[in-house]
Amino acid sequence: MVQPKTIIEKIWEKHVVHEEEGKPDLLYIDLHLVHEVTSPQAFEGLRMNNRKVRRPDLTYATMDHNVPTKNRDVIKDQVSQKQMETLKKNCEENGITLADMNNPNQGIVHVIGPELGLTQPGKTIVCGDSHTSTHGAFGALAFGIGTSEVEHVLATQSLWQDRPKTLNVHVEGGLGTGVTAKDLILAIIAKYGVRFGTGHVIEFTGEAIRNLSMEGRMTVCNMSIEAGARAGLISPDEKTVDYLKGKKHVPEGEAFTELAEQWRELATDEGAVYDKTLTIDADEVEPQVTWGTNPGMGVPVSGRTPGLDEVEDVEGVERALEYMGLEEKQPISSIGIDHVFIGSCTNSRLSDLKKAAAIVQGKQVNENVRAIVVPGSFSTKLQAEKEGLDTIFKQAGFEWREAGCSMCLAMNDDIVPPGGRCASTSNRNFEGRQGNGARTHLVSPEMAAAAAIEGQFVDVRQFAGVLN
Amino acid sequence: MEAIQEHTGLVYPLNRTNVDTDQIIPKQFLKRIERSGFGQFLFYHWRFDDDGNQRADFGLNNPKYENATILLAGENFGCGSSREHAPWALLDYGFRVIIAPSFADIFYNNALKNGIIPIQMDQEQLDKWMEQAEHSTLTLTVDLENQTVKNTEQQAVHFDIPAYHKEKLLNGWDEIALTLQHEDKIEEYENV
Ligand code: SF4
Repeated sequence: MVQPKTIIEKIWEKHVVHEEEGKPDLLYIDLHLVHEVTSPQAFEGLRMNNRKVRRPDLTYATMDHNVPTKNRDVIKDQVSQKQMETLKKNCEENGITLADMNNPNQGIVHVIGPELGLTQPGKTIVCGDSHTSTHGAFGALAFGIGTSEVEHVLATQSLWQDRPKTLNVHVEGGLGTGVTAKDLILAIIAKYGVRFGTGHVIEFTGEAIRNLSMEGRMTVCNMSIEAGARAGLISPDEKTVDYLKGKKHVPEGEAFTELAEQWRELATDEGAVYDKTLTIDADEVEPQVTWGTNPGMGVPVSGRTPGLDEVEDVEGVERALEYMGLEEKQPISSIGIDHVFIGSCTNSRLSDLKKAAAIVQGKQVNENVRAIVVPGSFSTKLQAEKEGLDTIFKQAGFEWREAGCSMCLAMNDDIVPPGGRCASTSNRNFEGRQGNGARTHLVSPEMAAAAAIEGQFVDVRQFAGVLN
Repeated sequence: MEAIQEHTGLVYPLNRTNVDTDQIIPKQFLKRIERSGFGQFLFYHWRFDDDGNQRADFGLNNPKYENATILLAGENFGCGSSREHAPWALLDYGFRVIIAPSFADIFYNNALKNGIIPIQMDQEQLDKWMEQAEHSTLTLTVDLENQTVKNTEQQAVHFDIPAYHKEKLLNGWDEIALTLQHEDKIEEYENV
C-alpha cells in the first residue's frame, strides 16, 4: 500500500529540483508575485551581476503597498512615486506583466492572485510579503520571502528551503451566525500564541474549515504567519474548483477538467500523519477583539483585558496596555474608537464588504468616528459598485476608496493619528502599524462595521442584518 | 555578502519579546530603492520621540552601548513582515550578531543572507548575559567555525547553526551563483 501523505508532502515532492544530504532542498517556484516595496533592490542586484529574470512568464507584478486610494492622478509623495516608477521600469526591462495603478487587474497582491486564477492548487507560490500564505486557501504551498530571496527566484526560479514540519490545525464543529473566519483565526492565535507555527506549515482541516467559503479560507490562511508558521493551507475540494472555474488564467474545457482532477488528488490522504496536531472547537468561538500589540493578544468581545496578576509576561502585557491606553481588566465593551478601517488582504473581498454593508445599511457612522472602506482590488471595487455597496457605505458616512493596502500599514496617506484608536479588519496590531502612536484593534468586517455605528465595540450578534 | 568567521563586540541588551519588523524599521522608511542607509532608522520610534529627539529611556541611546555590534533579544525576534529592510537596518547600524532564544523563520533567513549571524541560545544563558550587559558592560566573542560564544572570562558556550548556512557565512558565498551550478537540473525540471 502506498504511504498516505499530506498535501504539504505531495506538493513538496513534486517540486524538488535538487536534493543533497545535509542541505535544504532546491524547490521549483511556479508563481512569483512581485510588488513595489520589496523588489527594487532585487532587480538592482540582478543588474549588478548581469543576470536576467529566468521566467518572466511565471512572474506577475502589481502595485499595492504605496498606492494612494484617492486622487490617483497626483502622487504627492515623491519617494513612493519613485518606487512605483522603478517597478514599472524593472518590469518593462524584464518582460514581466505588471498591473499598475491604472490597470483593471490592480489590487492587493494576495487579492488579485486568486481573482485572476494565477493562484491554483498544487503550485508553489512566493512573494516578498509575509501574507503570501493567503494563497494556501487554494491548496497551494505559498510563503513570504525576503528581498534576497526575491532576487534568487527572479534569477533561478527556485529557492533553497528546509523541509518544513507539518502541523494540523483541526477545527471541529461550526461557527455561529455573526462569527466569522476572522474570529476563528484570531481565537486560534489567542489560544496558542504567536509562535506555535514556527518552523511548520499548517494545514487547516475539519468540518468548520470545509464549511468556510473560499474568501473565509483566505482569511484564515492569511493569518497563519501571525502564528509564526511558514505557510498555511487547506486541501482543495469542490469549492476550490468552482471558484477557479472561468478565471482569467485558468484553462478551459477539457484542460480544466483534467486539471481539476489533479487538484482533487492533491488533498491530504486519509490516515496521513502530521508532526503535530491541535484541535479547536468552532462552536465555542465568539466574535474576537484584540486588545494588545500582537495578534495573539485577543479576547472575545464579551471579555476584558488581562489582569497583571493573571499573566506570565507581566512586562510585555504592561507595555502593551500602556501603548494601547488601556487599563488591566478593562471590559472590551467599554473601549471607544475613533477610526474604522475595512480593508487589507485579510478582509477586503466582496463577501467581506457585503457582510459589513448589511450591518451599516440605513444607519449612520458615529459622529466621533472616521470610517473608510478600501476594496482589495479594482475588480472587487467594480463588482461592489455594481451591487450598490458603495452607496450603502457612503450613505452611512463611510469613505469609499480605490484598491490598495492603505491603512493596513499606512505607507500612503491613510494614517491613524497618534493616540487614535482603530477597529481594523487587517492582520497586524503592532505598535505604530497604522501610524505612529496609533492603536489597532483587530476584528472581523462585521464587528468593524458595528463599531463604526456605535463608536465602541459591541457584539455584532446583537445587530440586525447579520448575514450568515 | 561579507564573509564572517569570528566576531568580537560589545553587547546591547534589548530585553523584549516578539520584537517585530515594524519596530525594527517602521514602514515610512521602506520607500528607498537602495539596500543602504537604513541604519539611521533602526528602532526609530523607540529611539526617537515625535519631534525627532532621542528618548532618554531607550537603552540604545545610552552612550555606553554606542559601539555595540551584538544584539541580545527575547523570544521570537523579527516576527511580522518579510521586509529585508530589517536586517539591512541592523547591519547598517553596526550589528553583526543577534542572539535570542528564538527567531521568526523569515527573519532568520533574511539575516543569514546578509551576513548577520543569528544565534539561538537558551533563555537561562541569555538572561545571565542580558543582566550583565544591562548592569555593566559585556563583550562577547563569537567563533562561527567552532560554534561558540565566549565572554571575557573565556567561558565558551556552544550554539547550533545548520552546516549549510554556516559554510555560506564563513565564505561569504553568493547563493545565486551556487544555485546556478545546478542550472542544468532546473532546466531539466522545466522540460519535463
Ligand atoms: S494589505 Fe496589509 S498585510 Fe496585506 S499585503 Fe498589504 S500591507 Fe501587507
